[in-house]
Amino acid sequence: MAKVNVTVKILRFNPDVDEQPHWQTYEVKDIEETAQVLDVLHRIKWYQDGTLTLRSSCAHGVCGSDAMVINGHNRLACKTLVRDVMPTITVEPIRGLPVIKDLVVDMEPFFSHYKAVEPWFINPDPPPTRERLQSPEDRARFDDTTKCILCAACTTSCPSFWANGQYVGPAAIVQAHRWIFDSRDKGTAERLQILNDRFGVWACRTAFNCVEACPREIDITKAIGEVKKALTFGTVDF
Amino acid sequence: MSNRTELSKFKFQGGFETWAWFFMRISGVVLLLIAVFHLLLMHVYIQVENITYDVVANRWTGAWGPFWRTYDVALLIFALTHGFNGLRWVVDDYIHRAGWNVFFKALLLVIYLTVIAMGAYTVFSFTG
Repeated sequence: MAKVNVTVKILRFNPDVDEQPHWQTYEVKDIEETAQVLDVLHRIKWYQDGTLTLRSSCAHGVCGSDAMVINGHNRLACKTLVRDVMPTITVEPIRGLPVIKDLVVDMEPFFSHYKAVEPWFINPDPPPTRERLQSPEDRARFDDTTKCILCAACTTSCPSFWANGQYVGPAAIVQAHRWIFDSRDKGTAERLQILNDRFGVWACRTAFNCVEACPREIDITKAIGEVKKALTFGTVDF
Repeated sequence: MSNRTELSKFKFQGGFETWAWFFMRISGVVLLLIAVFHLLLMHVYIQVENITYDVVANRWTGAWGPFWRTYDVALLIFALTHGFNGLRWVVDDYIHRAGWNVFFKALLLVIYLTVIAMGAYTVFSFTG
């Protein structure tokens, strides 16, 4: 397997000493070109500079911990291969959330927007003795939005969210969509009412940045459009 | 689907923001049609060098006068409403202090209504 040398520019910030974030450059040698950018960052952290701070967990694109801006695009460091971004790789924290240190941002504003759409199953009917059955067609209706891993790549790529942090953001709308279009759920009207707000779906300006950013390839702007359509026509049957 | 009948019990749809968004979709298409027709008529058919006071005056006072006056006012209203609603969204996006937010939106509303009133008055009071 081919090995390459890469230059990595990282936007660093240490709240104890820095007033402003600054770029720091590292040279990483003899790394496989099929390695993940996450591997490169770990090589730097483990062998060159232990002060580099980043989040990661599963390293396989499932947990959503390591979203960051790689060469200007919101990507998961574990799903981005060196060969696709070399020879110079720039890495920045995701935008629009407060930076705690280096690549770690405060996710709390993101999760509070997520909670605002009541992302849990709502159905006051007593549960049947076995599972609540659903036809394959009804399940397929919201399949796309079940893929979300809450990595925040979409919300932090959104110019509306950058401009106004009160905007609930694409990820929260995707999560709401997952329940709104689920035939077993009865919180539909409640969630639509929450999103029918100038800082709800109506702050979406259809920039499509979220679609480009999503590592799960969810058709996010389409999902947001469907929520807008439901609000406009008063039905989810389309 | 079982839960869909429940929806009728709730008042969740509609509201100003919903209709503002829906208007933008419709007016975008309408504007495209009437603005492109306006462009073709004035700049291609009549041609730029021939557009004079008399051309417009004759059109407004001729047999089709009421149609053209309505057309021109519709173009004015659709374009202004579409544009000013866009500016209102910009204010909501970028001006976060409640007082300034309301101030700028009120200012937009005043300019919007004034320009429409002046335009409509000019078009409909024109006698030649």
